[in-house]
Amino acid sequence: MAQVTLDKVRKVYPNGAEALEPSTFTIPDGELTVLVGPSGCGKSTMLRMVAGLETVTEGEISIGDRVVNDIDPADRNIAMVFQNYALYPHMTVERNMGYGLKNRGLPKSEINERVREAAEMLELTEFLTRRPSQLSGGQRQRVAMGRAIVRKPDLFLFDEPLSNLDAKLRNQMRIEIRALQRRLGTTAMYVTHDQVEAMTMADRIIVLNTGKIEQIGTPNEIYEHPASTFVASFMGAPPMNLLDGEAAQGRVTLTGGQVVPEAHVNGHAGGLIVGIRPEDVQPSPEGELGFDVDIVEELGAQRLLHGRVAGQAFSVAVPKDKAAAADTMRLSVKPGAVHLFDTDAGRRL
Amino acid sequence: MADITETSTGSATQAAAPTRPAKRIKWEAVGDHAILIAGALLMLVPVYMVFATSSWDAITIHRQGMQFGFGDQFGVNYDAALFEYGGFTDSVNGMTMLANSMILGLGFAIGKIIVGMMAAYAIVYFRLKFATLAFWMIFTTLLLPLEVRILPSYEVITWMNLGNTYTGLIVPLIASATATFFFRQYFRSIPEELIEAARIDGAGPVKFFIDILVPLSKTMIAAMFIIMFVFGWNQYLWPTLITTDESLFTLVRGIRQIIQSYADGSETPDYGQAAALAIIAMTPPVLIVVFFQSWFVKGLTESDK
Ligand SMILES: Nc1ncnc2c1ncn2[C@@H]1O[C@H](COP(=O)(O)OP(=O)(O)O)[C@@H](O)[C@H]1O
Ligand SMILES: [Mg+2]
Repeated sequence: MAQVTLDKVRKVYPNGAEALEPSTFTIPDGELTVLVGPSGCGKSTMLRMVAGLETVTEGEISIGDRVVNDIDPADRNIAMVFQNYALYPHMTVERNMGYGLKNRGLPKSEINERVREAAEMLELTEFLTRRPSQLSGGQRQRVAMGRAIVRKPDLFLFDEPLSNLDAKLRNQMRIEIRALQRRLGTTAMYVTHDQVEAMTMADRIIVLNTGKIEQIGTPNEIYEHPASTFVASFMGAPPMNLLDGEAAQGRVTLTGGQVVPEAHVNGHAGGLIVGIRPEDVQPSPEGELGFDVDIVEELGAQRLLHGRVAGQAFSVAVPKDKAAAADTMRLSVKPGAVHLFDTDAGRRL
Repeated sequence: MADITETSTGSATQAAAPTRPAKRIKWEAVGDHAILIAGALLMLVPVYMVFATSSWDAITIHRQGMQFGFGDQFGVNYDAALFEYGGFTDSVNGMTMLANSMILGLGFAIGKIIVGMMAAYAIVYFRLKFATLAFWMIFTTLLLPLEVRILPSYEVITWMNLGNTYTGLIVPLIASATATFFFRQYFRSIPEELIEAARIDGAGPVKFFIDILVPLSKTMIAAMFIIMFVFGWNQYLWPTLITTDESLFTLVRGIRQIIQSYADGSETPDYGQAAALAIIAMTPPVLIVVFFQSWFVKGLTESDK
């Protein structure tokens, strides 16, 4: 088990594209850290550098107290789970899981024991003699997990391991992977573009945007205090409403003319962006904001109202038992639920 | 109500049933089949004629030409073709030639597969300085089969003193890019992640090749083997040129040798034996294709990834 440290790690691909700007962070021992961000933001690049599958352009990567920049992937004592599982099609489940151990020269009895143990943990015992092509997607995913577990690595690396599964299985595997990682206490880096996965699985989230770290924090910190408009709109579904406004004399007015309650300007003056989560406002007769409803979306447990506030697009999530009645309504904002960002860089004020 | 609907549906199916196997003749199908049958006959009739002819004695064939019916010389002809020593030095019989053909076919096929796989492995998986250039150079050899470069090849082989050896017979034939090309295309279709997983699993270049790549390429190897074996087996020009020692003659070459005696004017060539030898020469490639047919199709069309 080990902590992972990236020190000003940068990646420029041979074609000149900078996939990762110099990034520094530490993943504490035993934690599961999720790298999240839209497709192409450099998540896989970062993970693959830690794995040793991609060279590091600048900076240092350490696993435990060892700098691994020049160490072969096989010698980093890591295990990786790929999106398409990358199982060896011609090997049985048993041999798939044991192959890495065999290459390390472990005795057969030890390999067998570890494989059986992992198979039991993952409920794969009855499939040990099958080929990957004779397994369902979920089972293949498990075999890939098994292959990682038997190594008893210092670090698990997951690159979108659930993307190929259907929604139901994805939810189930999400919980299983999380439980397994907790139980084994192995440090893990988990890449996903799915913010729900990030929120539900992570001890700590790293939000990436076009090769740059936007924010590092616990799921709660990220959700409650997004560091930028990018994080605010990327994390959370439905995404946070972002409205143009202006601060003057300690008050925030939306472009289009409504005063935002609960906004703490801290002396800022001039243009800014106002962020309010759809679930942080509720219809109420004495609410401060006027809201014109255009479309109602039924989600079962809740209901989404899409419309405009001060002429700007705005969504509200209401519990299903609240009637979605009028075309226009008043909204009240929860205390402390208004986020303010600057207009240029979108940083939190 | 239920009753009525039941009977009505019942009678409906009954009524419909007899009309289903339509007796209309599909003229297109007939036309297609006619073409196919004509093609098949065009291919098979000569083979049949050789087979039938191989049951006659030389005199009959010499007088009346190829035969449609069967004679009574089957045993005699095949026995002679296989076991009777012939040639100037009396050192070669059908069995020797069969063995030589086998060595040529197998040596060529196996050699070509090994060389082709290794070359493709190098081109696809290693960052070589001039990988693309190397590939295109190898690829250009597709345009230069042995027949085109036969004189220089002959020069080189005799200069290396490899005339009249199996090495001289087989190696120059191996030097062309067909297998390399097919394996390259195949390797490129193997997902990148598989290679990365193997790297993390500690499989070095040799282990990866033997443990992962070769088993994955099984069907491809089988397909290549069939094509190459038949190609090697049927070689005529190069063996004729490079082997003068009769103990190295292949079957395809041997057939000509029998007819040759006619040109020498010494005696009536043994046409029956020649026909028998032709049939013997055809059999192993046919058997290989028949037995490996399903592999063949799989290897070229399907990927088990
Ligand atoms: N081998 C490569 N060569 C050049 N550019 C690459 C390579 N791999 C990825 N990139 C680029 O680097 C950026 C980040 O890619 P990646 O890390 O795969 O993103 P993500 O996993 O977040 O979707 C993308 O713009 C991608 O086009
Ligand atoms: Mg990716």
